[in-house]
Amino acid sequence: MTRKQRRLTIIGGSLAVLAVAAALVLNAMRDSIVFFSTPAMVAEKHIQPGKRFRLGGLVQPGSLVRGDNLKVTFEVADGSANLPVSYQGILPDLFREGQGVVAEGALDASGVFRADTVLAKHDENYMPKDVADALKKQGHWKDEYEAKAKGGARVDGSAAAANAAPREQGAVR
Amino acid sequence: MIAESGHYALVLAFGLALIQSTVPMLGARWREYSLMNVARSTAVAQLMFVAASFAALVTLHVSSDFSVVNVFENSHSMKPLIYKITGVWGNHEGSMLLWVSILALFGGLVAIFGNNLPMSLRAHVLAAQAWIASAFYLFILTTSNPFLRIARPPIEGQDLNPVLQDIGLAVHPPMLYLGYVGFSISFSFAVAALIEGRIDAAWARWVRPWTLVAWIFLTTGIAMGSYWAYYELGWGGWWFWDPVENASLMPWLAGTALLHSLVVMEKRNALKVWTILLSILTFSLSLLGTFLVRSGVLTSVHAFANDPRRGVFILLILCIFIGGSLSLYALRASSLKQGGLFAPISREGALVLNNLFLTTACATVFVGTLYPLALEVLTGEKISVGAPFFNLTFGPLFVPLLVALPFGPLLAWKRGDLLGAAQRLMAAGIAAFLALAVVWAWTRGGSTLAPLAIGLAVFVIAGAVIDIVERIGLFRLPPSIALQRARGLPRSAWGTMFAHAGIGIALIGIVCETTWNSENIKTMKAGDVASVAGYDLKLESLTPRQGPNYREMAAKFSVLVDGQAIATMTPSKRSFTTRGSTTTEAALLSRGASQLYISLGDIGADGAIAVRIYHKPLVLLIWFGPVLMAFGGILSLSDRRLRVGAPKPAKSLRGLQAAE
Repeated sequence: MTRKQRRLTIIGGSLAVLAVAAALVLNAMRDSIVFFSTPAMVAEKHIQPGKRFRLGGLVQPGSLVRGDNLKVTFEVADGSANLPVSYQGILPDLFREGQGVVAEGALDASGVFRADTVLAKHDENYMPKDVADALKKQGHWKDEYEAKAKGGARVDGSAAAANAAPREQGAVR
Repeated sequence: MIAESGHYALVLAFGLALIQSTVPMLGARWREYSLMNVARSTAVAQLMFVAASFAALVTLHVSSDFSVVNVFENSHSMKPLIYKITGVWGNHEGSMLLWVSILALFGGLVAIFGNNLPMSLRAHVLAAQAWIASAFYLFILTTSNPFLRIARPPIEGQDLNPVLQDIGLAVHPPMLYLGYVGFSISFSFAVAALIEGRIDAAWARWVRPWTLVAWIFLTTGIAMGSYWAYYELGWGGWWFWDPVENASLMPWLAGTALLHSLVVMEKRNALKVWTILLSILTFSLSLLGTFLVRSGVLTSVHAFANDPRRGVFILLILCIFIGGSLSLYALRASSLKQGGLFAPISREGALVLNNLFLTTACATVFVGTLYPLALEVLTGEKISVGAPFFNLTFGPLFVPLLVALPFGPLLAWKRGDLLGAAQRLMAAGIAAFLALAVVWAWTRGGSTLAPLAIGLAVFVIAGAVIDIVERIGLFRLPPSIALQRARGLPRSAWGTMFAHAGIGIALIGIVCETTWNSENIKTMKAGDVASVAGYDLKLESLTPRQGPNYREMAAKFSVLVDGQAIATMTPSKRSFTTRGSTTTEAALLSRGASQLYISLGDIGADGAIAVRIYHKPLVLLIWFGPVLMAFGGILSLSDRRLRVGAPKPAKSLRGLQAAE
């Protein structure tokens, strides 16, 4: 086999593997990507029931109700709209009313967001970046919160080295 | 005083790095040996000054000097000593200082042990190393100085993030950094080879042990990080496809590919241009990892958006080094001579296939990690790419890699015999099929893919063992001769076996844990019993306790099998007063390679506590696999070929230089 043929074999093989990989990536992109919304965006976009997305906002103070068998309901607010959320399981360590939260799941037929994952973080100053950005955009960003977030940002940073950091911490499945 | 000295030492190290990055280059250009030799002394001096600087920061943390911002924000006088020390790298500034210290350490090691390197190659390597170092010194000194003072020192510090107060964190980041930064050596060697326009098998011999060292540390570092996440975060997950994890996985994949292509280059003098590119890419991915973790671009808890200058600065470093080295590659790679020929079916061909799949898998991880960032920048739309994406892309690419893996070591160099290799692997195939059948028959539920994956894992393990069995002629020859042959076998062959078997073992753990784990989540009061996977767990008592810098609520469970108590487990929930935060301390009970896992939730109004109990079959194999891989790496590293100093002394050295 000549040098040229050998090179062609290798290049052909590489292109085939790359093509397969590209097909896999595109296929996965279509099915397995989850979008982020705030309650206001949910109302605007009319997201279909059953379509998975991430919901972010602040836990509405006074809305948390604990039921039997670790069932909880609460509302997520972004200043202009509220969305009821139901969840069964253990909430993250620092899930609190008035704090930022990100939940993943889908709307059911009655418009309640059924979460199967609730993400919060161990740090009391933590505000998920998605939530902070969304709130800022809508002008509901409280100065006080910002100051807090600034003070706390370094604290988040302490999530030191590489993957030693608390990832989406209290993530509960 | 200590803080100022530490700061000053860091400035001096920066100055030395600047000298080291220019003078030896000029020396190499003018063929002036005294100038080239500057690289050596500056590299060693640089290491000493950085070490002094790092020691200063450790001293400040240990002595709880709260007049230093970094100590105030991340330490507390009541914190146990070990966490005072590990807290040094439990924050942005300190971990960056650790990063450059390790960089200087590797530079210093090359300077000290690189006596047998050709003079100009060593000068270029150390100069390239110093460019990286200078950039990061400048970064630390301008944007993240750990030695800043507070005007009016407070009496008490803010304490370290409680989840980081853990022994796993004591060892994991330094390990990971040794891996990340260790790849800077192969990067510098690649850059030096491009500048000199010359590369040969001897080059690969010098680079291989360094790459192997970095790879061993990265492997153990990732495994430790994963185990830390598993027991410390309290919900039993061990890999989340979080961008920060991907940031460490990408250099690992590229580094593994590099390790294999270096073999081809050393033995057969082929794949030169590709190996150089891989060296550059591997370290570029390490830099990218540093950028992702340290810049705050990620939508994750690692974001520290307090200082956008940092992100911009690291992005700049990233662009200069990756862009610069790739341009150099584009300019000079064609000047490197092509090496030996080989047929597609040969050891070389198998290693090319390995490289192909590893780099493609790495590319899919890259896309999955950076696509959300790119999309947000371009369209403002926020998405998250999680496990499903990677399962659909990374998984299918790893399957052919694992199928092909046992064939590689059985093929001959230059031209291999696929049929012969297949015949020799027959036993492995049978073992795999048996495993598949047994798993299929025994288990109920779970994915149908799981038994197939177990079969594949057994095939990989058996294939790795068969290679050794074949080579020493076990069962074919009398045992005494086989034993003699086993002794005579190079350690790198044993290393290969352990590393390859480690992959199969980790795969078994991964498949079993994800497919057959069982969980029971409920609220319990004292006296209640919960059962999972044949174990009954009785909650005996709930007691508050006081720790050094926290209070905790500990739950005592007794574990019963068929009514017989076999052990007690005490998970707890700690609240750290200083930060007002809580952590969940899971309790683990190992039964063979399987584990029972309990973590606590909140206490309800009625005094019942929420409890999460998992049974995770064979979960320990997930980390035992990488440990075995690292062990294989260490064996290879101790191979005679490397111990006896493969790069030849004076004689062949002169020969090498004459070839210029």
